[in-house]
Amino acid sequence: MVKFNRFTLDNGLRVIVHEDSTTPMAVLNILYDVGARDEDPEQTGFAHLFEHLMFGGSVNIPNYDGPLQRVGGENNAFTSNDITNYYITLPSANIETAFWLESDRMLSLAFSKKSLEVQRNVVIEEFKQRYLNQPYGDVWLKLRPLVYKQHPYRWATIGKTIKHIEDARIEDVKAFFKKHYNPQNAIMVVGGDVKTEQVKQLAEKWFGPIPAGEKYVRNLPVEAPQHEERREAVTAKVPLNDLYIAFQMEGRLDSSFHAVDLMSDILSRGNSSRLYKRLVKDKQLFSEVHAYITESLDKGMFVMQGKPIEGVAIADAEAALWQELEILKQEEVPVDELTKVKNKTESIKAFSEMSLLDNAMNLAFYELMGDADNLNYETDKYLAVTSADIKEQANKLFRKDNSSTLVYLADKAEEVLETEFSELKN
Amino acid sequence: MTVLNRKQAPQFNGVENITLIKPEHIKLANGCDVYSFNSGGQDLLRIEWIFNNLRFNVAKPLLNVATNTMLTDGTTITTAAQIADHIDFYGAFLQVDYSYDHSQVTLYTLTKYLGSTLPVIKDIITNSVFPQKELDTFVRNQQQKLQVSLQKNDFVARRIFNKALNGDTIYGLAAQPEDFQSLTQEDLQAHFKEMYQPANCTMVVAGKVSKEAMALLTDTFETGWENQPAIADIMQPVLEPSSERFFYTEKPGALQSAIRIGTPFINRTHPDFPAMQVLNTVLGGYFGSRLMANIREDKGYTYGIGSGISSFKQSGSFFIASEVGADVSHSAVNEIEKEVNLLKKDLIPHEELSLVRNFMLGSLLGSLENVFSHADKFKNLYFAGLDYDYYDRYTAAVKSATSEELKALANKYWDFDNFYKVVVGKY
Repeated sequence: MVKFNRFTLDNGLRVIVHEDSTTPMAVLNILYDVGARDEDPEQTGFAHLFEHLMFGGSVNIPNYDGPLQRVGGENNAFTSNDITNYYITLPSANIETAFWLESDRMLSLAFSKKSLEVQRNVVIEEFKQRYLNQPYGDVWLKLRPLVYKQHPYRWATIGKTIKHIEDARIEDVKAFFKKHYNPQNAIMVVGGDVKTEQVKQLAEKWFGPIPAGEKYVRNLPVEAPQHEERREAVTAKVPLNDLYIAFQMEGRLDSSFHAVDLMSDILSRGNSSRLYKRLVKDKQLFSEVHAYITESLDKGMFVMQGKPIEGVAIADAEAALWQELEILKQEEVPVDELTKVKNKTESIKAFSEMSLLDNAMNLAFYELMGDADNLNYETDKYLAVTSADIKEQANKLFRKDNSSTLVYLADKAEEVLETEFSELKN
Repeated sequence: MTVLNRKQAPQFNGVENITLIKPEHIKLANGCDVYSFNSGGQDLLRIEWIFNNLRFNVAKPLLNVATNTMLTDGTTITTAAQIADHIDFYGAFLQVDYSYDHSQVTLYTLTKYLGSTLPVIKDIITNSVFPQKELDTFVRNQQQKLQVSLQKNDFVARRIFNKALNGDTIYGLAAQPEDFQSLTQEDLQAHFKEMYQPANCTMVVAGKVSKEAMALLTDTFETGWENQPAIADIMQPVLEPSSERFFYTEKPGALQSAIRIGTPFINRTHPDFPAMQVLNTVLGGYFGSRLMANIREDKGYTYGIGSGISSFKQSGSFFIASEVGADVSHSAVNEIEKEVNLLKKDLIPHEELSLVRNFMLGSLLGSLENVFSHADKFKNLYFAGLDYDYYDRYTAAVKSATSEELKALANKYWDFDNFYKVVVGKY
């Protein structure tokens, strides 16, 4: 149970307080209701680039990190396709510093050209490090546009191409800030060794004077239901073949979500899961195999992914994955197996509640989805799922004409392993 | 009402007291030490069984890690599948982890299921057999994983670096795919028997440690788990650093180069260690560090760069690591050299040093998030042979570190020309 109090400032900023006196620390988490899905198709990667720029100084405070580090605090942020989330942890005695810093950058940024120039380079290096210079790093750059044809989920948060990041101008940065970074589009959670009254007072003092701004009204293209089998094959300098089958599923808020999530657990959570036991251990078709969902707010993805053992034909590996899906479509999950994944969900929730930062982030995200209190009923929703629900979802999702298959083939032409070891021995 | 002055930072307070929770200790009749941290709170537990690794054998380099990884793969009475089913059914998590000095088994469980999950652990640490079929699967899958990792420049750079500093020891291990083929069931069983005995085990329990829970633990692990006639040989051979200092692996078509630069170093047991942590933080130990400020935030050469000090039982290392644009590899190395040498030449300005000191104390306080973190701090001390005085000395050193002292340390320990330098990518 994650307890909290909540109030809204006149300018529309929603504030949640999670008191936890067992820690000497405090957390201030701000979620902005903007993600890569809100980007212009010709300026992708912008939400994430913007997140970097949020650390480049604000209107009254030239340096964001220094003053925070000086009071013993740390911070970070992440951008997803749906949201941008910033967080600070610091000794609770210095919580006001967090209010000072966060309110100033919600008020206005410094919009420094030097900052834009440098962060453009940093993000380009991030693009290379995570997506281009890693084996299989570009999988999501290829899989997303296969699954999505209309919705902005068709590009990854890093963006479609480095070009879009290179092209970002300071005017675009200003416009993006005006559109998305204001009290109405934000949810703040303050947690840890704090009191609600104290947070109210500090929130009024530092965030109260910020103009409400314009409410951003999201109006995104809806992804049409898929009615054709999609397939793409790529060849790259990787050591092993890799296989992805993605299915469109409903968004995070749909009532089917919990059944579909448990279905991915049945397939692939832990060493007792179906895919691991049957396809890795018994049939020895894959060296690793996973099933997971993207938890997107709009239409999501259910992904099956595996690296077949060398010598196993892609077609056989693919058939084995489909066979597991067919079993889910035809046979109800046995009661014990369903109980197992439910127990796991319950225990993950209990362990997650030990982290103050996790609690703060979760409260913000659930508030965004409608009501922070739903966080405390999430386990109940999982417990209510029946075997019939799972079978129904399996039949809905796992159709050939709802599938997008990406086959990532190893180009064996060039063997680079040898040179590494010879260098090592010199 | 006064006008809000947003240019003025609010008043702040230093971190005065950091209180660490100390464990209760009992020793089981079979010699296994048990340290427990009781938090009350949520009804859950984390229990760790930590074993010293056996002496490294160059001819069979993977025995320590393979024995550990395969602990969940079957016993005289239970199959791998049954172990997994049982643990998962109770919503528990069973992890095996290998590090240079230790191998461990960790159980995360809700307290209400402790009675059902503990027997599984007892079974795997007393009866593991390493079935041939599971071994074959393990070998093949690990070889495949290694092939993928070897395509990652940072992974390759780390291996070359460790090998250069530590030679053919457990700290320098850089397995090749074919090394997995030399693993045999017989060797694993012998290794298991010698290593996983109670006198070579430390249990660390954290969470809601009730009397009942402790009684259950004691009952389960005090009987039916006996020591072998021979004690575990846990001595490690001495390190033999390479005489070669520069290692370049060219990767055609690389967009980035992985860089790792550093040297064998003092570890936690050395009196200079806490002050060196301060110096390291200034150089590359936090987001505002000199390396980050220069090479990421000013030049934009990289997504991230940092430095650190690794502390192990018989070794330590100081290292700087980054992945930088392939076209700026040389410039990045030059800038790293410049930053290291600046700290040897000039005093750290007072403002910067006081910021770093506050940051480190806040960070220590923040690292004590819950009872698990307190247990982790204890392990740092216990396995280095230190007691809780260490954290008193650490906080005292952080609070009192002077620019003069840090400059002297930089000159005493850092010689960039003599550092090991590894580049994988383009140079």
